Amino acid sequence: MKHALILAAPAATTTREFAFWILAIIAVAAGLGMVLARRAVHCAVLLAVVMLSLAVLYAMLGAPFLAFVQVIVYTGAVLMLFLFVLMIVGISSADSIVETIKGQRLWAAIGGIGMLVLLALVIGHAAIGPAAPAKPGFGSNNVNGLAQLIFTTYLFPFEVTSALLITAALGAMVLAHRERTTPKPTQKTLARQRVAGGRPTPLPGPGTYARHNAVDMPALLPDGSTSDLSVSEVISGRAAGDTEGVAAGALARGTDTASGDPGTGDRSDTEEA
Amino acid sequence: MVSPAHFVALAVILFVIGGVGVLVRRNAIVLFMCVELMLNACNLAFVAFARMHGALDGQIIAFFVMVVAAAEVVVGLAIMTAIFRARRSASVDDASLMKY
Repeated sequence: MKHALILAAPAATTTREFAFWILAIIAVAAGLGMVLARRAVHCAVLLAVVMLSLAVLYAMLGAPFLAFVQVIVYTGAVLMLFLFVLMIVGISSADSIVETIKGQRLWAAIGGIGMLVLLALVIGHAAIGPAAPAKPGFGSNNVNGLAQLIFTTYLFPFEVTSALLITAALGAMVLAHRERTTPKPTQKTLARQRVAGGRPTPLPGPGTYARHNAVDMPALLPDGSTSDLSVSEVISGRAAGDTEGVAAGALARGTDTASGDPGTGDRSDTEEA
Repeated sequence: MVSPAHFVALAVILFVIGGVGVLVRRNAIVLFMCVELMLNACNLAFVAFARMHGALDGQIIAFFVMVVAAAEVVVGLAIMTAIFRARRSASVDDASLMKY
């Protein structure tokens, strides 16, 4: 298999240098953005950028297998898991700017700079030599070399990994399981509740197609007034709880646009209410 | 010429960014993302050292780190959904029942 990523190792040095600096700048900028972005979704997307640029850096360092694992497992699976949990928790959840601990940001910045200085000193003192001469294990033979190591030298850690994964899967199932505290409602109890609730019939449908083709149009009653019950609470709640205003406004717009093009009555107009 | 030292320096910078994120942010999911960033930075250093020594052991360790990180994310996010279900909040400040 001759893939561009596998052949990237012996590429021209200027190309490698150019690619490294571009990717390094992208990765650091996305990392900083991740720390600074207030919305959790933006953080997730920026983390994906960091991970993808790291994947390309792995390929440059002669690790094509890890590059693909990074894209498939990390960006594909782990980050998608993050996004699923974000959907449960609420996609618009944003951090508040108020500091709960006084001076937390300042001390965090000082600690970060201290850590950076410390690590930079360590690296400056360490003798990090140039890259070893290219071997087949860093190019087209990467997967074979890794497999040989995993199934000989690192066989025991590899087997222990399976126990870890089983434990993690079981733990996730136990933690995410919800115990039912109330008995499951049967059809009988639901029907009784409905009759006892004062309104056994379904709620009236919205006035879609009566005056306009949008679902937030309230139905018209026989006396010409509108029925608030006919519009879903989800839609009417968008206008900060002002159900009356939404219904009246939508009705007014409906009569305005009815003379225009009834087939393509503009949805955006009614949504901004 | 880009040497492994460049890659290790980049790994250090990313690690510090992730560490500062863990200290500053309060949304538990974002905290987890910052931890992931730190793990990724470590992986980059491992791969760079593997390239420097011309041996594949560093890549193997990076591979194991990925496996452990995946397991950690699964359990951590399950804990987070459990906490969110109980308290309706993903902020680490709200889960302070043991304080005082």
